[in-house]
Amino acid sequence: MENILELKNITKRFPGVVANDNISLDIKAGEIHALVGENGSGKSTLMNILYGLYNADEGEIYLRGEKTRITEPKQAIDHGIGMVFQHFMLVEPLTVFENVILGSEPQKRGFIDFKGAEREVARLSKEYGLKVETKSRVEDISVGQQQRLEILKALYRKAEILILDEPTAVLTPQETDELFQVMRNLKEQGTTIIFISHKIREVMEISDRVSVLRRGKLVGTKNTSATSRPELAEMMVGREVLLEVEKEKAQPGEKIFSVSDLEVRDQRGTKRVKGVSLEIHSGEILGIAGVEGNGQQEMVEAITGLLRTEKGKIYLDGKELQNLGAMQVKKKRIGYIPEDRHKRGLILDFNVADNMILGFHTEPPFVQRFFIRNEKAIKENAEKLVEEYDVRPPNIQQQVSTFSGGNQQKIIAAREFSRKPRFLICSQPTRGLDIGSIEFIHSQIIDQRDKGAGILLVSAELDEILSLSDRIAVMYEGRIVGEMPIEEADEKKLGSLMLGGEAGEDKGGDEVEAGTK
Amino acid sequence: MWDYLVYFVNATVLAAALRMATPLIFTSLGGIFAERSGVINIGLEGMMLIGAFTGMLTSYFTGQPWLGLIGALIAGALMGLVHAVAAVTYKVNQVVSGTAINIFAVGVTVFLLRWIFDVAGTSPSVSRVPVVTIPLVNRIPVIGQIIGTHNIMVYLALVLVVIVHIFLFKTVWGLRLRSVGEHPKAADTVGIDVFLTRYLAVITSGALAGLGGAYLSIAHLSRFGDQMTAGRGFIALAAMIFGKWTPFGALGASLLFGFANAVQMRLQELGIPSQFVQMVPYILTMIALAGFIGRATPPKAIGKPYKKE
Ligand SMILES: Nc1ncnc2c1ncn2[C@@H]1O[C@H](COP(=O)(O)OP(=O)(O)OP(=O)(O)O)[C@@H](O)[C@H]1O
Ligand SMILES: [Mg+2]
Repeated sequence: MENILELKNITKRFPGVVANDNISLDIKAGEIHALVGENGSGKSTLMNILYGLYNADEGEIYLRGEKTRITEPKQAIDHGIGMVFQHFMLVEPLTVFENVILGSEPQKRGFIDFKGAEREVARLSKEYGLKVETKSRVEDISVGQQQRLEILKALYRKAEILILDEPTAVLTPQETDELFQVMRNLKEQGTTIIFISHKIREVMEISDRVSVLRRGKLVGTKNTSATSRPELAEMMVGREVLLEVEKEKAQPGEKIFSVSDLEVRDQRGTKRVKGVSLEIHSGEILGIAGVEGNGQQEMVEAITGLLRTEKGKIYLDGKELQNLGAMQVKKKRIGYIPEDRHKRGLILDFNVADNMILGFHTEPPFVQRFFIRNEKAIKENAEKLVEEYDVRPPNIQQQVSTFSGGNQQKIIAAREFSRKPRFLICSQPTRGLDIGSIEFIHSQIIDQRDKGAGILLVSAELDEILSLSDRIAVMYEGRIVGEMPIEEADEKKLGSLMLGGEAGEDKGGDEVEAGTK
Repeated sequence: MWDYLVYFVNATVLAAALRMATPLIFTSLGGIFAERSGVINIGLEGMMLIGAFTGMLTSYFTGQPWLGLIGALIAGALMGLVHAVAAVTYKVNQVVSGTAINIFAVGVTVFLLRWIFDVAGTSPSVSRVPVVTIPLVNRIPVIGQIIGTHNIMVYLALVLVVIVHIFLFKTVWGLRLRSVGEHPKAADTVGIDVFLTRYLAVITSGALAGLGGAYLSIAHLSRFGDQMTAGRGFIALAAMIFGKWTPFGALGASLLFGFANAVQMRLQELGIPSQFVQMVPYILTMIALAGFIGRATPPKAIGKPYKKE
């Protein structure tokens, strides 16, 4: 097979970092080429350069053998390059269909040809098996659908090279399977795909070749069939990685946290939690397994005071906690790693130091008399945590929005763990993280457990639930449908519970999807 | 009761309401252009004032009120350009830039009025665009009295509402404009030129505000007076918000505010202070923003300059 695309000596610098350091990469026509690497290793930057959103400081791009300058996304589109971004690029109040055609609208003298466009979108959606409700507004459809919409957008623009930047990070396992089916279809029809993921399992399953980046440099490219999970992991991180979590057996202490008969409605008023009761002891991790959208998020937000508790009680150390409000809850030494780090965990426009004190910013030592900030304490706190948690780059004045996902997550973890929480809620704590960071966050969670914290772990990743939890509860349609000690749990048993009971009626799927947002 | 109603709501009052609403319609449509593209235009007031002045000036020197309209349009567009340069290219805080334009407009018109005409306060009288009567319509009872005979700019404003609606929601450029105001980066990734779009939108915004101002000086009246816009730019902004950033919504809000203005005199006769009526647009806007009449969500990217890496 010939090379459809060659990147030559691409270098891109940001203040303080070399995001891409002299990278040369060949992509063959018609292959699925996986691109892996730690958080911040430069994958998105490289793809943004290829798509014309960033301009490289040095280097050249050869497309179909010809040297090509791509300085604007428009040029990339004209050259048949399509990209699905890590954070979707959708205009939410517009309809699905308007998003597809935006920028390349079929028109008659300036007027949008709605009929013709609708027909074209329906055709594409059918041809590639990308099911989306074209007339809905984007803000009303599930994440899985938004993903398919992004792919439709690229295909509508006749993409021959399709870049997928961490498409599976937000998908349920079923949705991932569906996406892979679409990718295989596309490949059969001759599309070249560049696929970014942190999940080595997925890379092994879907790709033909895989390239590894580390700290901005290309480490190497391998044929997928000729490599192995441990080898890839080592190439990414630069050392051997524990793919399994090491931990001692839990030593549960007294009961510290419980909820009884909890009922919660989401912001639209739909009842999402329908009578949940749980108990957590100090020094143990209770894992909540379940397909996303079954009420886990609402339960967590009720506990942390972000949503109103409609019915039921929440106790910490025997004291009631429901409807106290987020600030009060936080003061009770409850740590929280939220599922959406951009909306909940960080203020993206603030720098690292300020984010490291969020929620504690009204407490000593960070304020002095007369509510004046204690800059020295804030700085020392940030410097200490940045070093301890290996946040890269270690610049505490840098705006958090410019950090990679993994490093943003480390900033949240550092802040929440540093306060020696008595009770800790971790909601999808490793979503979008690289294996090195996952290993790190996991060992920190275990460490908190061993120091005596009670931990509630919510995760859509069964692997994560199975490797961290001491006890597992399965949540389905707002209820706990099963609970067991880790010794009795296995993937099959949990999987069937997650889909709605032993009978395994698979009716949960669609409803669940409609709720995910 | 009925008597009261007829006292406030009759053909004369409604016709006056439409006249009062006209400058608000032009200017709020201008506001929609800028804000839908993601740029706050608090400078509408100043752009109106400059439009009013330039309209008068052009009409005075050429004797052609039509040229006056064109002059106002161009002057407003230039002010829009200034705002775009500051807000889009130099990423100046948009409220600051708009406020600067308002202050500048007051100063420069007062100064030029004195300098050119050697008068303080009011310009000499100039010729204005004509009042027209729509045949047939003017013969319909009541309705004819309300909409049958007006300055031609009143009709122009109504036609513009329809045009802007079609532009925003049926054309390619309208779709692009809206996407730029909601999520400029997404627009950029599909090849839309965010900067160009915002420039054109803000310039158009200024041009429309300029026309709104010209209505005051060379249609409704036939002279310019210092600060003659008297806050109408801000009320137009309120109409835009109350109308949820849509042309027909802005039309409805403008008519409502125009009506409030038209009954003001009559309320005064009843002993209700006019200041009270003047509060109405702002109170309604706050109610709208507080979500009592359904969500009034501004375009998401509003006020945020777009940075390309
Ligand atoms: N706009 C920007 N300004 C400054 N620094 C940036 C910017 N974008 C990226 N960086 C830096 O460039 C480096 C590479 O980031 P990039 O987003 O390419 O990583 P990545 O491999 O995609 O990581 P992840 O797996 O977390 O998505 C990081 O150190 C990041 O902080
Ligand atoms: Mg990335």
